[in-house]
Parts: sequence; structure tokens; C-alpha cells
Amino acid sequence: MTFLTYLISGLALGSVYAIIALGYTMVYGIAKMLNFAHGDIIMAGGYAAFYAYTRFGLPAGISILLSILTCTVLGVIIERLAYKPLRQASSLSVLITAIGVSYFLQNSAQLLFGSDTKIFPSILTEGSLRFFDGKLIVSYLTLITILTCIVIMIGLTLFINKTKIGKAMRACAEDKEAAQLMGINIDTTISITFAIGSGLAAIAAILLCSTYPSLSPSLGSMPGIKAFTAAVFGGIGSIPGALLGGILLGIIENLTKAYISTQLSDAIVFAVLIIVLLIKPTGLLGKKENVKV
Amino acid sequence: MKKKFKDLLHHKYRSRTISFALIIGAYVIIEILMHSIRLSRLFTGMLVPCCCYIILALSLNLVVGFSGELSLGHAGFMAIGAFTAIIVSGLSTKMIPDTTIRLVLSILSGSVLSGIMGLLISVPVLKLSGDYLAIVTLAFGQIIKSLITNIYLGFDSDGIQFSFVTNELNLEQGKMLLSGPMGATDTAKISNFSSGILLIVLTLYIIYSLIDSKYGRAIMAARDDRIAAESIGINILRSKTLAFVVSAILAGAAGALYALNYSTLQPAKFDFNTSILALVYVVFGGLGNINGTILATTVLYILPELLRSLQDYRMLIYAIVLIIVMQLGSSVRLKRYIEQIKNRFTKKGVTQ
Repeated sequence: MTFLTYLISGLALGSVYAIIALGYTMVYGIAKMLNFAHGDIIMAGGYAAFYAYTRFGLPAGISILLSILTCTVLGVIIERLAYKPLRQASSLSVLITAIGVSYFLQNSAQLLFGSDTKIFPSILTEGSLRFFDGKLIVSYLTLITILTCIVIMIGLTLFINKTKIGKAMRACAEDKEAAQLMGINIDTTISITFAIGSGLAAIAAILLCSTYPSLSPSLGSMPGIKAFTAAVFGGIGSIPGALLGGILLGIIENLTKAYISTQLSDAIVFAVLIIVLLIKPTGLLGKKENVKV
Repeated sequence: MKKKFKDLLHHKYRSRTISFALIIGAYVIIEILMHSIRLSRLFTGMLVPCCCYIILALSLNLVVGFSGELSLGHAGFMAIGAFTAIIVSGLSTKMIPDTTIRLVLSILSGSVLSGIMGLLISVPVLKLSGDYLAIVTLAFGQIIKSLITNIYLGFDSDGIQFSFVTNELNLEQGKMLLSGPMGATDTAKISNFSSGILLIVLTLYIIYSLIDSKYGRAIMAARDDRIAAESIGINILRSKTLAFVVSAILAGAAGALYALNYSTLQPAKFDFNTSILALVYVVFGGLGNINGTILATTVLYILPELLRSLQDYRMLIYAIVLIIVMQLGSSVRLKRYIEQIKNRFTKKGVTQ
């Protein structure tokens, strides 16, 4: 029964990783860049919800919406100001810019909100469900986390496959120049991608902060790296891959923490990633691209 | 003699001459300043770490610039070098009282172990390419940091004691060398500025010798066009492995020098941010540009310290500088402008 408890909490953690990983993978798929500032968008979302809920006393639902809105706007602004001028630049310049943006967000947060850790309020729900005479306790939060992830996945898959914008996104991911020739506005498509990714980061932020209720300017860095790993794990650029990678990573992390060692869990998670990439060099669901001469 | 001097300025050797002149010139000036006026402790304290970061950035440039593979885990090699050096120096304190010999021995063992790790890691890493390769180096960097965070090592009259994950050491009047997340807590500070400069000179010599040899040209050919290089019989994997291992050795040496400059050092120092910092130095200096790397590292290392009076705003300014320089560097308009100025000068040279 304890195994099941760990498995379920791993599933919840993995769902959060998956939601963050979606942001990485979508941006990578379309803009071909590693957006290292994505983790700090999570942090921004956490602070937005915190201030809306505790300082301005807004209801939970509106706080969440405000947090999503803040992140979406922030994501689009960052893309327009920092990344857009670098469309033609080398990928390393873009990477360094993303790191610059990450430092910028972290240090701005430190100046605006202070470097002390804040206690995040239980904005979603409290309480839990009991199964098997109380042997298995699953909190509502865990259920909400997993359900949110499922809803997001279904919604996003439908959006990408059924709508016009989704089609434009797939076309951009395939071949940007050809897409442009077909009359697709690349700048708008990339902006929308960033907006969706950043909005998802806000949702992840609220789920993450509700589970681990401490808020600090460096909140996003470790989940950011983990989610990035998850995206690569599943095959970067692939949306089902991000889900699979995120959930597997969360479960592996939680089970290692429970049964092997808390201190070594990071090492084991990364070792699993290396092994997977050795067996399947483009991640679990990644596509292999052949280089033609 | 005259001819030899002319050779030094020949375009083939110009970069090399400038590098050595730069380092030795900086050394002489700083030494003179140190002996004539009292430099602030803040400044003198920055000298050895700056040397270490220059070596780290140069070693990373070998992988990123010359071999064309992105590494996000170089801090891991630095960590191996650092903690090996701490252990070797700590164990040999009684046997080798002379600090110079001990320093050389520690740096040597740190870089050798880091090189061996580099060779082991390069096997899986170089099977991959592009961003997947980068993420695996990131993963290795994290694994190395995490493993070192769990090592407890000390010695007493009975010998060396070691434990992993939990501290099970019971030392009788002995000395802890590594205590898990706390790292090294009482290291003898035996690094100095002169040894740092000497190590940079050695690093430069190794890198220039490598890139000027046929192996170096193979490394660059493999970077420029993998398929073309392969078709003329260059062993891509061997070239890339060579660059990776030499880079690991140098990064290990940088770590060893760094560790022996502080009495306390935590494994957390060598996290993802340190790897990224080195990458920032390399990109700022220019990929494959050795003198650029040296200058960029020095400027970017000193910049946050100079901004110290701005306190909380300094990292913010640092971030803005990073973003703006990257924007300017890839701005098409600016490039055209520079091109125009260049053309004007060269045209004048032709007509005269």
C-alpha cells in the first residue's frame, strides 16, 4: 500500500513536470531553441498568484487566472524583446540570451519581492480521500494535479490537431520557410506558442507551490531543469513525449526517494536519462532525422 | 634573432604571441603593483579565481568552439579536479611539507582523474549529437555534483576512512577532508597567483599545440563538416574524444587550483550555474577565439565585483549586459555598419 502511495504522489509530481515540459517542448519544436528562462516564468506565476491571493485578497479562481495572464503576457514580451531579434542568430547566442533572461527574472524577483522564502497559501483545496479503510490516503490536491495534467494534454492535442492555429504551429515546426510561403505568419505563431507555454507554466506554478508551499526567487530553477530533462527524456519536440517523460521522471524520482536514497535521487534520475538516451538517442518518442549530404 | 621576432608576428602565430604577451604582461603589471602599492584584499582575492575561470573557459572553448559540441556540465570536471586535489593535498601534508611540490602533485592528480572521467563520460556522450549531447553533459555534471555531495572522507593515525551517503566515520584525532554537503572545511591554502599564471601559460601551450597539430585540424574539420571530414578518412569519434578529454584534463586542473585557494569549499559551488557561467565566457569571447575568451572571462569575472557598490542591482545589470551584447552581436544592421567601416579602411589602403 505504501508503494501505491509513493506511486500516486510520483504521478502527481510527474504531472507537474509534464506540464512544464510541454512549454519546453513546444518552444523547442517551433522556435528550435532551449528556453532556459522557462523555469523562471514558473516563479513569476507563483508570485503573481501569491500576491493576488494574499495581498489583494482576490478569490482563488481570479488569482489563478491572473497568474496565468501574467505569465502569458510575460512570455510574449520576453519572446518579442529578447528572442525575436535573434531569429537568424546562432543557437548559442539564443541560449545565452535565454540565460540572461533567466538571471534577469530571478534578480528582478529578488528586488521586487525580497529574497526571503514566502509560505504559499493553500489556494486550491485541502482534505483528502481515503481508500481501503484509510490505508491509502490521496489528497484532493494530488487528484487535481493529475486531472489538470490530463485535461491539459487532451486540450492541447485537440488544439494542435484540430484548429487552424494548431495546423500553423505544426507547419512551422516542420519547415519554417515553407510555412511562410503558405501564408502562415511565423512571428504570430511563435508568439502564440510562447503564450501557451508560459500560461501552462503558471498552472504548473500553482500546482507546484500548493504541493511544496514555499516561494522564493530561485523556485523555478530545479523544476525547470528537471522538466527540461523530462522533455528530452520523452523526445524533445514531441508533445506526447513530454507527457510520458514528465510522468516517468516524477515516478522514478519519488520511488528512488522512497526506496533508495533521498540524497542520491537526482543522480539516479539523471543516470536513467543517460541510459535512455544511449538506447534511444532521440528520446522515447522522438523522431530520428537523417542528415542528407 | 630578428627573423625569429618577425616570425612571432606572422599571421599564423599572431594569436599565440598576443595570448602569451597578454598573460605575461598582466602578470608583470599586477606583480609590480602588488609590491609598490597595497592593492585591496578584494582585488588580490580575485586573482586566483580569475585564473581558474580563464583556464575553465579555455578548456570549454576547446569543446564548444573547436570541437563544436555544446557541453553544459564542465563544472563537473572542475569539481572532480577540485576535490581530488583537496584529498591529495590533505593526505600528503605530512609527507610533503613543501607547498609547491604538493600543489603540483595535487593539480596533477586532479587533472589526471578528471581526464579519466572525461574519457569514460565521452563514450556515451559522443554517441549523441546536438542538444541531446548537451543534455547528457548536463546530466553528468549533476551526477558528479550529487555523488561528491555524498562522500565522507577523513583520515587518522589508522589510515583513511571513507563512507558514502551517511557519515559513519569515527576518527580519533584525525581530520575530515570531505564531509558530504559541507564539502571541504579546512584545506591548506597553497594556490597563489604565480601558479595560476603558470597554469594558464601551460594551458595555452597545450591548446595551441593541439589545434596546430594534425589532430587539431581533424577536430576542426569534424566540426565544420562531419560528412566531408569522414569521407576523407578522419576518425570523427577519435577527434572529438581527444578534444573532450584534453578539455576535461584542463578543467580538472582549473578546479584543483581553485579548491586549494579556499579553506572551505562546498560541492554545490560546482552546479549547473558554474557550467553556464563558463559557457557565457566562451560565447562572449567568441567560439574558437582564445584571446577573446581570456579577455571576456577577465572582464565578465570582474564586472559583478566592480558593480558591488550597486549591491542588489549588480546581477540585474549583469543580466541586461548579457542580453544586450547578444542582441548587438547578431544585429544585422550593426554588422553591415561594421562592414562599411572596414571597407572604407581597406579601400583607402588599396588606393594609397
